[in-house]
Amino acid sequence: MNKPVERLYNGIVKENPVFVMMLGMCPTLAVTSSAINGAGMGLTTTVVLTLSNMMIAALRKLIPNRVRIPAFIVVVATFVTLVQMLLQAYIPSLNKSLGIYIPLIVVNCIILGRAEAYASKNKVIPSMFDGLGMGLGFTIALTLIGLFREILGNGTAFNVTVMPKVYEPITIFVLAPGAFFVLAFLVAIQNKIRNRKAVNVKLVTSCDAGCAGCASAGICGGHEKQIDGEAVLKEQKQE
Amino acid sequence: MKELFLVAVGAALVNNVVLSQFLGLCPFLGVSKKVKTAAGMGGAVIFVITVSSAVTWLINHFVLETLSVTYMQTIVFILVIAALVQFVEMFLKKYSQGLYQALGVYLPLITTNCAVLGVAISNASDGYGFVTALVSGFATAVGFTISIVILAGIREKIEYNDIPASFQGMPIVLVTAGLMAIAFYGFAGLI
Repeated sequence: MNKPVERLYNGIVKENPVFVMMLGMCPTLAVTSSAINGAGMGLTTTVVLTLSNMMIAALRKLIPNRVRIPAFIVVVATFVTLVQMLLQAYIPSLNKSLGIYIPLIVVNCIILGRAEAYASKNKVIPSMFDGLGMGLGFTIALTLIGLFREILGNGTAFNVTVMPKVYEPITIFVLAPGAFFVLAFLVAIQNKIRNRKAVNVKLVTSCDAGCAGCASAGICGGHEKQIDGEAVLKEQKQE
Repeated sequence: MKELFLVAVGAALVNNVVLSQFLGLCPFLGVSKKVKTAAGMGGAVIFVITVSSAVTWLINHFVLETLSVTYMQTIVFILVIAALVQFVEMFLKKYSQGLYQALGVYLPLITTNCAVLGVAISNASDGYGFVTALVSGFATAVGFTISIVILAGIREKIEYNDIPASFQGMPIVLVTAGLMAIAFYGFAGLI
């Protein structure tokens, strides 16, 4: 498989940021009340991710190692601001429904994670495809969650009524709790498939798989494990 | 005074930052295995969000609005927050060992907590005054602490339960969070 295709496959299937790596949870749950919002958020993130990956890959030899994280943040924040202005100008309806979550793309750990794990070590073109693949993987996941929530909670898909008239929409699915439930079930289904496929593959919990690359590795499970580990060590010492 | 109280209750309970606005989910799901660590994280978040909502308000009002470059908000706020967290960490290390030991480990992790940036941006877009912004920041962080401590308490109990294999780990935590979100809807009647 040649490189661009491999990067796309990697982002969409093998290391899907939402279902496999559990990154970028905030927008995943917050803006997926309908399929269109999910797709809009996904595509906005894809644009930022692709551009910032390209920029960081181009600058990778100029950025000193010690200040790389702040430098990445500035690059990402610049592109987010640009994209926000473009949305305000050309798609105001999407801008309104995504609201505060557009500026918050800056702290989406998928973007910093890819910058750190891939773009800072690779050439511009592969980095572009890496960003594109990850972004599309994110878009697909968000659209899927949005679709589920919209069908169950509103009886429509992409604003078109799909459920029969007798169907009473379960409103809670478009509200906040529904987001948690839908994601819980999707992850559970995925665990089921994974467990059946390969007994040896260990269950992916929190962000085991993506921790190395995630800028906020500390926040997720890794940090907890570290604290747990320290506590265990202390206990052992006391004994 | 009454208005401030309403802002505080609204930010802490009715529009709970995690359960209804989905900000700060990473630490909410990641650092909630034990009540003790959850409370530590909550304390650090209260501290940082309160300080950062004051500082970002001042910068937004006196620098960005004076120069009419409010479109720079996102870039400036995230850099200010990152620098602020570093500064707070250094300051605590030097002058308050007790507080540093209690909150120290959690501080570097807070930069990427989207609740901090979220509060700063929504304070700016709601056009709050200085005191209101401060109260709203503090109350939002208190809401975060309440929900993360409750979730940690439930997770400690869940450990002893017999959960279907597919639901172990993240799914059951998400279901728990969903049930908590339903419970928090009860607060909607308060305002």
